[in-house]
Amino acid sequence: MADAPTVDLDARAPTDLEAELAGLDALDTAPGPSREWGARAWSATWPKLLAVALAVGIWQVVVWLELKPAWVLPGPGAVAGQLRASLEDGSALGAVRITMGRAIPGFALALVIGTVIGIAVSRFGPLRVAVGSLLTGLQTMPSIAWFPLAILLFKISEAAILFVVVLGAAPAIANGLINGTDHVPPILVRAGHVLGARGFGLYRHVVLPASLPAYLGGLKQGWAFAWRSLLAGELIVIIEKQASLGVQLQTARELADAPALLATMVVILLIGVVVDAAFGVAERSVLRRRGLLVA
Amino acid sequence: MSASAQATVAPEVTGVPIPAVHLRAVTRTFGKGKGAVTALDGVDLAVAPGEFVCVVGASGCGKSTMLNLVAGLDRPTSGSVQVDGRTALLFQEAALFPWLTVEANVALALRLRGVPRAARPERVHELLALVQLDGFARRRPHELSGGMRQRVALARALAQEADVLLMDEPFGALDAMTRDLLHHELERIWSDRSLAVVFVTHNVREAVRLGDRVVLLSSRPGRVAAEFDIDVERPRRIESPEVSALAGEITARLRSEVRRHG
Repeated sequence: MADAPTVDLDARAPTDLEAELAGLDALDTAPGPSREWGARAWSATWPKLLAVALAVGIWQVVVWLELKPAWVLPGPGAVAGQLRASLEDGSALGAVRITMGRAIPGFALALVIGTVIGIAVSRFGPLRVAVGSLLTGLQTMPSIAWFPLAILLFKISEAAILFVVVLGAAPAIANGLINGTDHVPPILVRAGHVLGARGFGLYRHVVLPASLPAYLGGLKQGWAFAWRSLLAGELIVIIEKQASLGVQLQTARELADAPALLATMVVILLIGVVVDAAFGVAERSVLRRRGLLVA
Repeated sequence: MSASAQATVAPEVTGVPIPAVHLRAVTRTFGKGKGAVTALDGVDLAVAPGEFVCVVGASGCGKSTMLNLVAGLDRPTSGSVQVDGRTALLFQEAALFPWLTVEANVALALRLRGVPRAARPERVHELLALVQLDGFARRRPHELSGGMRQRVALARALAQEADVLLMDEPFGALDAMTRDLLHHELERIWSDRSLAVVFVTHNVREAVRLGDRVVLLSSRPGRVAAEFDIDVERPRRIESPEVSALAGEITARLRSEVRRHG
């Protein structure tokens, strides 16, 4: 009884402390209410569907107003019919295959070149002074302006298209990586240093992973540049017996086949949307894992 | 000034063969000419192996500069810094790598130290169990509270098998209850191993709660103004009368140091 106050001042029993710590940990990491997968998928999908419906609706209204003759501006129904026909006879798929057969190797090459340049520029100061602003300059250069030179260098060939695709995409990828390495939180670099990471080890274990979100952003932008350059290239550098999406567009215009032209444009748009969505998924999953994304 | 500081240090040095950390007349000046700032001026300090030393001081006393010097992240302008063994440094922020899970954060420290891949998982598990977070191995840092992150950072620092643990206001951003529990954790972990700790803090009570010795640094420039041996029996409680009394004494001395700048 008399010694009650001293007991009070004694250190608590270790098991009590452990329980207290575990209790705090559990309170601090209590999961919030999480919605089901289906509900999340639906809430991400319906605004997009609504936007598409709205765009098609406006298109249909413009057609009904008859501002242009129907053979110049066909309605969504006619284009959908044409799209179905070209899917059935395999011409759409063939064109997509040829175009993607250029896009993917081109983007892959740009990825390698852009990444190597990005690493080199972010690692070596003098190189950065020399090349840094040049990269930004290259990025703002319209890719179509490269084609005359590309044709002189490589004639009308796949190489000419590849050349321009890579020139379009690589600077964006390099810039994404350089921006990422510029914005690594200094405390993480310090932490890596304290853990004994030096030189390339520090770069590999801290700087590069910390730059991943910006790098992914660069890849996404690089893809957009590559895709635009490629389609421009396919309109300008027409190679025989290669019925690419660009060639389909050109042919449809020459034949004044508006439904076929618009159907090809829809295909080009769809590919753009799908690839963008894939990059978006990758980007969000990286950000979510790092706690940089709400929800 | 440096001579008198040395005199206060001398008794601790005698009888201890090799201090874990030994600062001799350490001066660190940033910049040159008129704009030069002297962060540390003739600091002498010896930390024995296994000793827990807390460094307190007002802003601008060069506490962080001192830790950087001991950690080898910076060099003194004059004087010498000797460290016997390896150092690990903990910051106020946990500074975990957000792209790695809790276990991977600790494993990276092992990897950078050269621990073979096969030996890492078991060691990671032991270290996380030590800070009582083995149930959170697969979580990402952002899923944890500030206190839990700081414990992961502690596990990561311990993974370095350092002989000297340097702590730069590690609990400064935590709530009182969490901080209290982490004091117990740190004390327990420290007493189980031969680890010298240099613990920098603004919080005098915290310093008295944890330290074998409290070193008071003056500000602008940082000098050792006073040292206090804390002879309160462990385990201590931050609200115990002995801790409060000593904290009051040290705080009064700290205030008089601050007033000189008024």
